[in-house]
Amino acid sequence: MNKDAIAEYATRLGDDALVLGHRLSEWCSNGPFLEEDIATINTALDFIGRARMFLSYAAELEGAGRSEDDLAYTRDCREFKNLLIHELPRGDFAFTTVRQFLVDASNVLFFEALCESSDPQLAAIAAKSVKECRYHLRRSHDWLLRLGDGTEESRRRCQDALDDLWGYTDELFAMDALEQALLDAGVAVDRVALKERWLPLVSAAIDEATLQLPALPALPGGGREGIHTEHLGHLLAELQFVQRAYPGLQW
Amino acid sequence: MSQTETEQSKTEQSLEREFQARVDAEEKIEPKDWMPEAYRKTLIRQISQHAHSEVVGMQPEGNWITRAPSLRRKAVLLAKVQDEAGHGLYLYSAAETLGISREELLEALHQGKAKYSSIFNYPTLSWADIGAVGWLVDGAAIVNQVALQRTSFGPYARAMVRICKEESFHQRQGYEIMLALSRGSAAQKAMAQDALNRFWWPSLMMFGPNDDHSPNSAQSMKWKIKRKSNDQLRQEFIDQTVPQIEVLGLELPDPELRWNEERGHYDFGPIDWDEFFQVIKGNGPCNRQRLQHHIRAQREGEWVCEAVRAYENKKRGRKAA
Ligand SMILES: [Fe+2]
Ligand SMILES: [Fe+2]
Repeated sequence: MNKDAIAEYATRLGDDALVLGHRLSEWCSNGPFLEEDIATINTALDFIGRARMFLSYAAELEGAGRSEDDLAYTRDCREFKNLLIHELPRGDFAFTTVRQFLVDASNVLFFEALCESSDPQLAAIAAKSVKECRYHLRRSHDWLLRLGDGTEESRRRCQDALDDLWGYTDELFAMDALEQALLDAGVAVDRVALKERWLPLVSAAIDEATLQLPALPALPGGGREGIHTEHLGHLLAELQFVQRAYPGLQW
Repeated sequence: MSQTETEQSKTEQSLEREFQARVDAEEKIEPKDWMPEAYRKTLIRQISQHAHSEVVGMQPEGNWITRAPSLRRKAVLLAKVQDEAGHGLYLYSAAETLGISREELLEALHQGKAKYSSIFNYPTLSWADIGAVGWLVDGAAIVNQVALQRTSFGPYARAMVRICKEESFHQRQGYEIMLALSRGSAAQKAMAQDALNRFWWPSLMMFGPNDDHSPNSAQSMKWKIKRKSNDQLRQEFIDQTVPQIEVLGLELPDPELRWNEERGHYDFGPIDWDEFFQVIKGNGPCNRQRLQHHIRAQREGEWVCEAVRAYENKKRGRKAA
């Protein structure tokens, strides 16, 4: 398979992890209590670690002498390829919990499938990630139940978050020409097939949490083409500040 | 005094003598052991102050997590701040063995009754500040905490053993940031120098007032809560840090720092104690910000805690039904 296509695929997956890891890291010292701060930082660390593995692999395949940091710190919005759901601002604890649940459920299925990739490096990253994702899902699933079936206020906050996020979930299961070609070569995951397993899993939990499955249409998406929400630019301004202010240095 | 009261105070006296004998014999005092009320109070004050420092310290360092200049540095900083949160948790538990709850401790923090280390009332303005904090602040904390590994209260001593290992890791990582900067571009080196200059004096103040202005110290030393005096610890820190500044190739932040052959220590210039007492009183650059941040996070999390309680109650109700 063409190296450039795999590099692009790894970049997409790296950007997903980097951007959501960044959002999670914003919770540091802002969590509802100390134990939760520790757990959220832990999850953020998993995502940043995953981003590093994917981005350094992408840089290696590219063979242009760039590093994981060049990819993370010197690309502009239009070159970032993460799915939009990952870049939305952290919101309140309900928003973070619901997003995490929706994404964790999809990640478990995605990385289980990626373990079978014909690309050994991608399969290796997936094998490490899938263990983390299962743990993340257990946590976010438990939180969804507690908050959904907690108080009046916590249920309202969760339902609002679910409604705000729902339109972005379609993009998690969309294929384009690049991923289709990689799928045909045995490298990539069939996202369309994941949805059939994701939806019942998610619906059951939403139901158990006494929440309503939103009947809302999908939003346009566009992350894989670098068409983002307005939020990503601000995230990158912060993430890339030092490298932009002092370009080309070692830190 | 009635007969029983006399007997009681006699017992109290003999208990206190026994207690001091155990302390003198380097035995550890455990939570269930008898201890003088003032010993308990002093420990609660000191351990909770230590716990609050770990937790409030997450703010100035967390300030750079989203702006760390490389993915490796970001991961290392995240892990460090996570360690500090863990230290906080561990120390709150140690304080709780003395019969006070975490809620009460946090309440005292929010009301300004409990203190935390004055150093965290200074802002982290550049990436180099994260290096300086790891290197100097964790460095100073280690000097303090190595001594506390031998403190007389068992749970506190054991917490210190565990925490010290991680702190020395933090100190090395902070130094590594400073090393990278001081070997980097002119701008990076200037950034490192500026951070050293700003954090040097507040780091020295972390050890507290001079011994002759430290009213509680004598009793704490007798009880072996404190094992070394403020001035002793400060001197140790200076002696170990000056050679590191030289390795970095940075200018000394105090023109009076000079090796004194006779004393076998570095001499140093006068510390601005007015500044120290202003910060302690709540008038440092970030006191209000730090406290308000902590209060806001807790207030914003209240509905989460309520939800957890409501959910647990429902679950119990369903089980019973
Ligand atoms: Fe610590
Ligand atoms: Fe530390």
